[in-house]
Amino acid sequence: MRAIITVVGSDTVGIISGISKILAENNVNIMDISQSILQDLFAMVMLVDISKSSKPFAELASVITDAGNQMNVKVHVMHEDIFTSMHRI
Amino acid sequence: MLNTFDILETIKMIDEEHLDIRTITMGISLRSCASESVARTAEKIYDKICFRAEKLVSTANAIASEYGIPIINKRVSVTPISLLCDCVDSEDVIPLALSLQRAAEAVGIDFIGGYSAMVHKGYTLGDRRLISSIPEALSRTGCVCSSVNVATTRAGINMDAVAQMGEIIKKTAYLTRENDSIGCAKFVVFSNAPEDNPFMAGAFHGVGEAECAINVGVSGPGVVLAAIERAGDCSFTELSELIKKTAFKITRMGQLAAAEATRRLDAEFGIVDLSLAPTPAARDSVARVLEAMGLESVGTHGSTAALAMLNDAVKKGGVMASSHVGGLSGAFIPVSEDAGMIQAAQSGILTIDKLEAMTAVCSVGLDMIAVPGDTSAATLSAIIADEIAIGTINNKTTAVRIIPVYGKKEGESAHYGGLLGDAPIMPVHGQGSEKFIARGGRIPAPIHSQRN
Repeated sequence: MRAIITVVGSDTVGIISGISKILAENNVNIMDISQSILQDLFAMVMLVDISKSSKPFAELASVITDAGNQMNVKVHVMHEDIFTSMHRI
Repeated sequence: MLNTFDILETIKMIDEEHLDIRTITMGISLRSCASESVARTAEKIYDKICFRAEKLVSTANAIASEYGIPIINKRVSVTPISLLCDCVDSEDVIPLALSLQRAAEAVGIDFIGGYSAMVHKGYTLGDRRLISSIPEALSRTGCVCSSVNVATTRAGINMDAVAQMGEIIKKTAYLTRENDSIGCAKFVVFSNAPEDNPFMAGAFHGVGEAECAINVGVSGPGVVLAAIERAGDCSFTELSELIKKTAFKITRMGQLAAAEATRRLDAEFGIVDLSLAPTPAARDSVARVLEAMGLESVGTHGSTAALAMLNDAVKKGGVMASSHVGGLSGAFIPVSEDAGMIQAAQSGILTIDKLEAMTAVCSVGLDMIAVPGDTSAATLSAIIADEIAIGTINNKTTAVRIIPVYGKKEGESAHYGGLLGDAPIMPVHGQGSEKFIARGGRIPAPIHSQRN
């Protein structure tokens, strides 16, 4: 199963490393990553493979979201299909 | 990989524009529960619902968490209970309503619909038993919803039933007078009732449906509103294109959730209902969508045209996004559940007459309308007759969910909270319709029902 992780918030040092550290610890492979600054707002999108994740989805999502809260950024972890079904015909 | 803009757009819709799945409704056939004993029937109903819907709430919550889409309500709709009332050996069928309530509590759902009867052409013994028990059933249960279909385009309008509905609503209002007559918020009178509707209070699982089916209703007025605001001044051609694209995206989300729930719950895929369903939240409002098109207030001249365009564009965008579309599928205009409608009704711009006109071009009908507690049963029946005539003649579903709030007058408000919201009490015409309603009989089916 592949998930999309999005991080949106004000730009600070260590956002990507903070999130990717958790992913590595849980055996989640990053397949693609893109990052941009839109009007001082940091926006990162990651495509990850969670099929070998050591934690179940809900738990993994909650750990990542908590880490985001500590860095004052908003994090969403969502199944890839929600985006493909909405934006691809 | 997906476009970052698309991904962030979806997140924004969910986070800021109230995009959600309003309900995953599991339709369950109770035809196997018929028995001669009321107690035994009640027991079988309880067992079957608990067996079938045991995992409904946990599955819906898991889907919500994995896909990041809020799923607001989990509901169950069942075979019209009147069918089970035909063969029981008792006039008192209240135990069946209580059994639905107990089952709903046991599986943890928000509402259960199907305490219903279909009497568009006439009554059976079971229909009579069920309908006469509706006021007590609604006053003794919390999440049981009831509906009666009094007309179809093929059969015409059963005016005896329309007359009785006024009485049933008055009695329900009285029995639930302690809570602003909330019982009436759980009762709806239909013309051309859809058999796969996931929305309450009118959901039931029709006799042509599968053993167990998943029907999903999406929401999304807030998303359409934001899109219209972003578009600024543009023509109706551009506006309808924009609404179609937005409705497509909203519906795709519903389709995904429905397919996933169907797979995980081992049920049939029923339908996705394309309705734009508002909530009392500030911008999650169909009224605000109409106002964003350029109306100073919903209810003013132009409201019907704006709603017609919205309703049509939502359907056109949604139809391609789902493999099976059904239910009510259109824009809802409930007064108490929509902040913009409440405001317009309070200021007197939005009247029942204008709402009636608007229902000719959208789904549902006169929905969640509070009227003075001293409104007569005949007047309620006449309001129902008007609305039902619109549906019957125009070959569409219409419905009435009206609340004569016991002890309250025009200018006051009824307070329900949650998705039901607050209802300003709207005036009705003082001139009576008693003699009209007392005629009874059936209004024949319209000429264009002869299509064979």
